[in-house]
Amino acid sequence: MTDFLRPVGVLVWKDILLELRSRELIVSMLVFGLMLVVVFNFALSVTPQRVTTVAPGILWASFAFAGVLAMSRAFAREREQGGLDGLLLTPVSRDSIFLGKAASIFLFMVLVEAILLPIFAGLMGFSAVSFALLLTILLATAGFALVGALFAAIAVQTKSREILLPVLFFPVVLPVIVGAVEATKLAIGGESVVGIGHWLPLIGAFDAVFLVICPWVFSLVVEE
Amino acid sequence: MTLPPGDAVTVRGLHKSFGDWPVLWGLDLTVPWGELLVLFGANGVGKTTLLRILSTQAKPDAGSLVVAGFDQRRSPQAVRRRVGVVAHQTFHYDDLTCRENLHYYGRLFGLEDHRARADEVLARLGLDRRADRRVRTLSNGMQKRLSIARAIQHRPRLLLLDEPEAGLDRESLDILRDLLQEWTQSGGSAVMTTHDTELGRSWAHRTGVLDAGKIQFPGLDEYSEGEVASRRPMAASGEPRR
Repeated sequence: MTDFLRPVGVLVWKDILLELRSRELIVSMLVFGLMLVVVFNFALSVTPQRVTTVAPGILWASFAFAGVLAMSRAFAREREQGGLDGLLLTPVSRDSIFLGKAASIFLFMVLVEAILLPIFAGLMGFSAVSFALLLTILLATAGFALVGALFAAIAVQTKSREILLPVLFFPVVLPVIVGAVEATKLAIGGESVVGIGHWLPLIGAFDAVFLVICPWVFSLVVEE
Repeated sequence: MTLPPGDAVTVRGLHKSFGDWPVLWGLDLTVPWGELLVLFGANGVGKTTLLRILSTQAKPDAGSLVVAGFDQRRSPQAVRRRVGVVAHQTFHYDDLTCRENLHYYGRLFGLEDHRARADEVLARLGLDRRADRRVRTLSNGMQKRLSIARAIQHRPRLLLLDEPEAGLDRESLDILRDLLQEWTQSGGSAVMTTHDTELGRSWAHRTGVLDAGKIQFPGLDEYSEGEVASRRPMAASGEPRR
């Protein structure tokens, strides 16, 4: 188990270090996410009566689109000086490599979401302090990161990766987005984890499926 | 250096094509321990492809390959532990320092002494004074030196070097030559490709020319220097490719 998890930690450590040096990813995700939140907020003129109807869609559109930036950059960095080839020449299992990249994406997304959520809640006028909402965000972000890491690895090998990634990513992750929007609607409305009903197990089930399938497909994708 | 039994490389009947474009066909190769084999050949004959297959980066279509004592297909992880690769790309991250890049790879290879080992190889390649500089601030030659340091850091048994002399100045070339001499004297093996026939001849224990999908021995002696560089890749039929 240690042999499996240690490389995951090393990969995450490297990605954090690179981000601390460049700061390009977090800043661009934040700016993009904030812009979406502000534009939607004014365009849809959210009132307290409509907040549970409108807010979840805006929130998850912001998270998902900002997340695509993290996914795209995660493997673009590995391509620049052949880092992915160097990685594949180490005796680390392909599963560990995949989970390391997915964990980095998850971490960066959660960090940006943690900043965006209170701003968004303040603008829209709802409470972000909800265990049900936090659990929904963590589960859905895990699904995003798993699918995103796989399709970013595929897209980065093509010339049109910026276009290809969202085209591949959004159809597959759609069930998670739908589940997250519905669960968020209930959580903002004051429901507890129990009250959210089947939406959280649905997201969790998709996460579990992605956790099994994505590393396997990844190992096929990176082999020449 | 503890060496696995048998030879460093044993390849029999290797075939590799890209689509309907055959690159290697029926290639046989044996590299004993302690030998530096230098391969010459025109662009596109498959030198890099051969090294990529030996290092497990590419899969062969057919043939048997035993690299550093392990079957390349059945035990790729074991092969990776015992092989060091210097390729055209450096495999480094520009925003990490030389030391951080080596720590990263050392930890991925599971080296318990990755910090001490990184300092050791940095000093060996003359990079100790630049250890804490970011890679992006180094010249191409210095980055190539770092690439060599990365390749030997995990104490591999076999080195695969794809045109390692490219971008190196005289001092760096001397360091690489001395390193390869020590390497082979201690029992390690190396397979190197180059277009520099003079350098290759002076460094090699044996030379070969990759042509028509196979390695021709005794190698360079049968070819004039100009001929090696100008030979066109051959098709599977033995006719020159157009």
